[in-house]
Formats: sequence, C-alpha cells, structure tokens
Amino acid sequence: MAKKTVFQEFKKGLWSEVPPYRLVLGLCPTLAMTKGVDNGFGMGLAVTFVLVCSNVLISALRKVIPKDVRIACFIVVVATFVIIVELTMQAFTYPLFLQMGIFIPLIVVNCIPLGRAEAFAYKNGMVASFADGLGMGLGYTISLTVLAIIREILGNNTFWNHEVFSSGFQPFAFMVTAPGAFVCLGLMLCLMNMLGKK
Amino acid sequence: MGDYFTLVIACIFVNNILLIQYLGNCPFLGTSKRMETAVGMAMGVVFVLVMAGAATWIVWTFILKPFGLEFLRTLAFILLIATLVQFVEMFLKKNVPTLYSALGIYLPLITTNCAVLGVCFINIDNEYTFMQTLVSSFAYPVGFGLALILLAGVRERILLARVPKPLQDTSIGLITAGMMSLAFFGFKGMV
Repeated sequence: MAKKTVFQEFKKGLWSEVPPYRLVLGLCPTLAMTKGVDNGFGMGLAVTFVLVCSNVLISALRKVIPKDVRIACFIVVVATFVIIVELTMQAFTYPLFLQMGIFIPLIVVNCIPLGRAEAFAYKNGMVASFADGLGMGLGYTISLTVLAIIREILGNNTFWNHEVFSSGFQPFAFMVTAPGAFVCLGLMLCLMNMLGKK
Repeated sequence: MGDYFTLVIACIFVNNILLIQYLGNCPFLGTSKRMETAVGMAMGVVFVLVMAGAATWIVWTFILKPFGLEFLRTLAFILLIATLVQFVEMFLKKNVPTLYSALGIYLPLITTNCAVLGVCFINIDNEYTFMQTLVSSFAYPVGFGLALILLAGVRERILLARVPKPLQDTSIGLITAGMMSLAFFGFKGMV
C-alpha cells in the first residue's frame, strides 16, 4: 500500500468508503435509528466516539496485542468505550438514551469499530488511525442523518421534532415503519451506485 | 402452557427479530444470496443463541445483579458469547464432525451477529424467568431463520431476473426485505 497522507485517510470515510452505503456494514442502527433526526445524529456521534477512541487505543497497543487473541482484545477495548458512552448518555441525555435503548450497547457488535480495528488500526500508526476513525465516524453520522432527514420529513412531517410543511401535506407513515426503513435504505444504496465512486 | 405459546408466536412473527426489530441485518444480507448458506447460518444462530441466552441469564442473575455490576453487562455478555462460540466450535470439531462441517464457517460470524447479543439484552430487559428465557432464545432465532430462508428463496429467483444495474445486489435485497417486512407487519396486533 502506498503511503497515504493523513488527510486522505480521513477523506475516504466521507465518500469512497462511507460505511453503511459502500461497505454495507453497521446496518442495524442505520435501519432502526433513522426514524428521527435526533436519533440518527445521536447514534452517529456515539459510534464516532467509540470508533475514534478504540482505533487510537488499538493502534497504540498493536505491538503488545498477540495475533491469536486479537479479536477478543478488540472486543474488550470496544466494549469499554461503549460502556462509557452508555453511562454518559444515561446521565446527560436521558430521553435520547431511552429512545435508543438496546441499540447503544449493541454498538459493540456493530461491525464498524471491529472492522476498522482489524482492517486498519492494527496495522497503522496512531495518527493515521485517528484520522481513519474520525473520517469513518463522521461519514457514518452524515449517512445516518441524511437517511433520518428523508424519513422524518416524509413520514412524520417534522424535522428534529419541529413541523416542516404547515398544511396540505399528508405525511405517509410508511416511511417511519420498519418496511419503510428497508426500502428507503435500498433506494439510497441505489442512488450511491448511480453517483459512482468518483 | 398458553403463555409460552403466545411468547413463541410473538417472538417468531409479531416481533420478528430481523424484519421488525432490525437486529442481525449484516448476516441477513450477507448470507441470503444462496439457500445453502442461509440454512447454515439459520441453524448456527439457533444453536448458539439457546446456549447464549441461558448462559447470559445465569451470569446476570447470579453474578452481575447480586454484586451491583449491572453496568458491566455489555462487556460481560459479549465476552461470554465470544468464548461460548469458541468453545462450541472446538467441541463440535472434536465430537460431532458432521455438524461441524455444516456449521463450522458460520460460527465465528455469529459472535458479531447483533441478533445474538440483542436477544440476550431483550431477555434481561423484559425480566423473563429462566424458562421464558429459554423459550424466547429459541423462538427468536427460529424467526431469524424463517426470514433468512424466505429471503434466500426470493433472492435466488431475483438472480434470474433483469434488475437495473444500480439496483443490483444489496440494494434490491434490501427492497425485497422491505416488502417481506411489510408482510410481517400484518401479524401486528395478533398477540
């Protein structure tokens, strides 16, 4: 692999390898947490925090972690940060914590932090891993937010719990239900395929 | 008995883990391209989840809760599941090679299947008894398997159809899953 600059590592997460659309990883929260913009954005930030911290720590420890048990080590590191996020959200953003419920602890098995640890942080330096984690995390946040905006406006006629169109617009509830999530994400993938990798 | 029957129906159809609760979607799309892999994955998940559900319930009730360590459950459960999967893999390899050759490659994937950890959390959050935990840990993955195998059947047919290029593969798979989810929505309010 040719030496990439830190900025390139950061940038690839935003477009050419943006997690839910290009790598098709971390789909469960993408489907479940995009009912409203606040959920999607909150989930994105939580994942970003976990991803950046675990990437940096794993990269720092990469010479110490034995190859045979690396997956178990990654899981412990990721789980630790997930618990931090869980407790922090419980303390400061309690309503959001209740809405997101089971999906916060499930960040542990979200393929993105583990996947990045295995594919990137275990092989690269701390600065590059930080950039990679931040880029991937922000890419994930943006993807979730965009999907959430579409679903919330069309399905509920609100944006961040404020009304959008005053009258004459009948929201179609299909978009905020489970089937709507699948169809909407499918169409989003289709759109990304049409736009190309650039 | 009636309660358990209701629980089974609720877990398989009404709250289908894949299509209604959105858990375990990565393997859902990854292994549903061919019927063979779908069946293997479905069996593996049932097998592991029954044991994981029971094990996590025991750890939660007898270790974490009495000592006030509730905040450690994420870490404890995922490690428990990871070691359990590893152990099952070794056991099967040595003692039941036929089953191992059928499930072997799916077992490591199950560790990071969020349906497994998710069902363990659901059992704890709903404060199920041990029997209810066993029933739900069996019924949820059966629902998972049902949805996975149904989707694999549909996707094998889609391979023969002409799909517009940008929609191919995962994209059309998701839209198909959406249609199936809509069908499962019909069960809502049944229990």
